[in-house]
Amino acid sequence: METLQKNTPIISTAPVTDYEVRSQDTMCTNDSVQQHPWWYNFKYAAVGILFGIVFVKAEIISWFRIQEMFRLQSFHMYGVIGTAIAVGALSVFLIKKFRIKTIHGEPITFTPKKFNKGQVIGGLIFGLGWALTGACPGPLFAQIGTGAIVVAVVVLSAVAGTWVYGYFREKLPH
Amino acid sequence: MLEVFKQPWPWYVAGGLIGLIVPALLLLGNKHFGISANLRHACAACFPANIKFFKYDWKKEAWNLFFVGGIFVGAIIAATLLADPNPIQVDPRLTQELAGYGITDYSNMVPNDLLSWEALFTVRGIIMMVAGGFLVGFGTRYAGGCTSGHAIMGISDLQVPSIIATCCFMAGGFIMANLILPIIMRL
Repeated sequence: METLQKNTPIISTAPVTDYEVRSQDTMCTNDSVQQHPWWYNFKYAAVGILFGIVFVKAEIISWFRIQEMFRLQSFHMYGVIGTAIAVGALSVFLIKKFRIKTIHGEPITFTPKKFNKGQVIGGLIFGLGWALTGACPGPLFAQIGTGAIVVAVVVLSAVAGTWVYGYFREKLPH
Repeated sequence: MLEVFKQPWPWYVAGGLIGLIVPALLLLGNKHFGISANLRHACAACFPANIKFFKYDWKKEAWNLFFVGGIFVGAIIAATLLADPNPIQVDPRLTQELAGYGITDYSNMVPNDLLSWEALFTVRGIIMMVAGGFLVGFGTRYAGGCTSGHAIMGISDLQVPSIIATCCFMAGGFIMANLILPIIMRL
């Protein structure tokens, strides 16, 4: 009996491992193991510039467009998100199928996400904020770029929200 | 030629280009598309306060801050060099509803009547900007991602939690826009 207990892995009472914490974080840290000089990051800035232009030119950063979406008055945002998912999904499929590597020869990795209550509760909370501010985190920065400097207040408040989440994280249902 | 770029771009062009950001980031350095993480990196860099959630090497995630910096620069380019001089087109049903709350300014994609320095000192403005921003920051981190991380990257990778999260984003948005926002607008 003693030996059996020793050999049986403890599942329910096991402490949360770093791996589990990471899957809850939905891969927002340390995806890549390769180290590069800091200025290699400019390639991501270049992708960001393209993204920022699309955000503005397709009016994705428009508060009015977001309201139209949630009032089912326009197909525009559904079309944008739907097409983006279709193109993204095809790309991910091809990358997996042909085991395509990065331009630096590193294998491209995917980490499965784990379901937790946060995706429901946090998702609803974000949705409320999305319709209120008319922006998700990306468009916030683009809105500032178009000259709406006041949106910096929204960004600072979002940083505060993230911090408060981090502070209470252990006490929140997941 | 430039005139074509200056007009508002249709959804299929925008959607296609945004979709291509997924493979672009993966191919450039095994990076997963997701923007809300930068809010966490900002906390980790500026106010870690010995909180476990913010104790990690944020400098390794600097790519995300460059990406966001790029979004900011791209928006400046679009708003200056590629600016469309015409006022933005909005569904007449929305225009009519908003007119009822005194919102008539369509010169900007961020409504000057609601999101401006003057509005910041009204109850309505504080709720929309300060509380709204807080919900965005708190909610995205609690959900583990935002529209880019879950709705686009997550669903592209066929992750069920991301599909659930995206449905909840939409549900929250519908509740706010249709049930709660009309009350806030009357403040």
